[in-house]
Amino acid sequence: MSDAILDIEGLHKNFGGVVATENVNLSVERGEIHAIIGPNGAGKTTLIAQLSGQLRPNSGSIRFEGRDITTLSMASRARAGLARSFQITSVILPMTLLENVMLAVQGTSGHSFGFWSPVREDGKMTDAAMESLTRVGLDNRADQLAGSVSHGEQRQLEVAITLAMNPRLLLLDEPMAGMGKEETGHMVEILKALKGDKSILLVEHDMDAVFNMADRLSVLVNGHIIATDTVENIRNNAEVQRAYLGDEHA
Amino acid sequence: MQLLSTRRGLFYTALLVFLAIAPWVFQWIDQPFYLDLLSRALILGIAAVSLNLILGYGGMVSLGHAAYIGIGAYCVGIPAYYDFYSGWLHIGLALSVSAVFALITGAICLRTKGVYFIMITMAFSQMVYYTFLSLEEYGADDGLVIYLRSEFPTWLSMDGAFSLYYWILGVLLLSLYFVHRLIHARFGRVIVGAKFNELRLQSLGVNTYRYRLTCYVISAMICSLAGVLLGNFTSFISPEMMGWTRSGELIFMVIMGGVSTVLGPLLGTISFVLLEEWLAAITVYWHLIFGVLLVVLVLYGKGGLDGLLGLMDRGKKSS
Repeated sequence: MSDAILDIEGLHKNFGGVVATENVNLSVERGEIHAIIGPNGAGKTTLIAQLSGQLRPNSGSIRFEGRDITTLSMASRARAGLARSFQITSVILPMTLLENVMLAVQGTSGHSFGFWSPVREDGKMTDAAMESLTRVGLDNRADQLAGSVSHGEQRQLEVAITLAMNPRLLLLDEPMAGMGKEETGHMVEILKALKGDKSILLVEHDMDAVFNMADRLSVLVNGHIIATDTVENIRNNAEVQRAYLGDEHA
Repeated sequence: MQLLSTRRGLFYTALLVFLAIAPWVFQWIDQPFYLDLLSRALILGIAAVSLNLILGYGGMVSLGHAAYIGIGAYCVGIPAYYDFYSGWLHIGLALSVSAVFALITGAICLRTKGVYFIMITMAFSQMVYYTFLSLEEYGADDGLVIYLRSEFPTWLSMDGAFSLYYWILGVLLLSLYFVHRLIHARFGRVIVGAKFNELRLQSLGVNTYRYRLTCYVISAMICSLAGVLLGNFTSFISPEMMGWTRSGELIFMVIMGGVSTVLGPLLGTISFVLLEEWLAAITVYWHLIFGVLLVVLVLYGKGGLDGLLGLMDRGKKSS
């Protein structure tokens, strides 16, 4: 456990009588792609929301690089190096791809009380933003409006935005949601290319994609992690078969 | 904006050139009243530009912006009542009082969203309105007469219709340029981004509340300058100038001209004032016609008058 970048201990969250997260223990190793799978309503998005700071857990602790971040705001976590993407694409549609990514560069590089110099002429920022766009293969679309590109490209932009924050851990909430086969394959390649450089914790429904790129899996059922293991072992795990994968066959 | 390469740009260039020589033109055709009209339009233009900063770019629909016109005007009127006529004092006072008031009320207003924000900004402005309405010492609802204009060094003097007009034009152009710079700088990008998706900005590490509050204060300070100029222009101030209907008119001017465009609000204000004047001259039922025109513009003129100007360029490209 010495090389864990994220350590979650005894995390608990309930909304009134509904328990969304129950005693979750989880660690993400540095440089790995760790996927959380689980049936609809298992509490995956709620878990991501607590990790990113959008929701406050009732109890338990979250440590990022050894530092307790349980009570930090979303903005502070982002600046600390923990970036999240959204399940429902939330890029800013009336802005260009480049402008979207530049906001991310800006958010994590100092304050924004600059009242005078145009951001467009800040070479350092444009370069950093273009680099992120290049990594997801969108550099040739930089000046198009985010509202005018395809859904798959918007999802790629979402990843570029997350990357531009220069994080050490990426929290990706269903990066393949609503994508076609080809687009999914493209996204898998993009994420695999980040392996080793960035640590990634992702929630995903597409099992083929998950089995293809994840190093380890955690299975979340009813707010509870029932298993964490390598892809191979999870596939053969009887409890997982019964509780989760089995559901689909029943 | 490419000032000369598009028809819209040409139109705005022509407008600005006209504004620069307007007093001489009106003198030549012997219509001093037009200068009065234009001066008032440009003062409201400054207020509209400041409102556009929070409403258009920031998505914060304030129905209380006229309060800052009032604060600015009383920052001229009250010192003048005690025979303090220093212009720098008036401007300094207006900027600081409006900043403090905007900081305190904005800190509360910005915790709300949508309709609640509209209502609470209106509530605060009505507070100011009723406060001045009850100040017997300063005329209450009878208002206050300002006998002399704010005093500045000779080369900056406001005395005379021409100098006051160029003062107004100067402040207006500075506000326009400042807003233009602001919107393209780091600060403005955050403000515009937060209007579309505040949660996204927070996830990017931006404390949006702090920036929106700053934006609100800046807007209030610019608006208070419009108040200082209005106080000098009318030489008579009363609480009536900061009622909520005035704030509503300001919103109309901004929407009419085109929200989140730099020059749109100016265009909206000039059109509003001219239309009001012209319609009132031909019929006593001018409110009715005016209302219908506004409805049509809001329904069909997407992007306001500025948007309509943009259509000319699209027509050119496709032909």
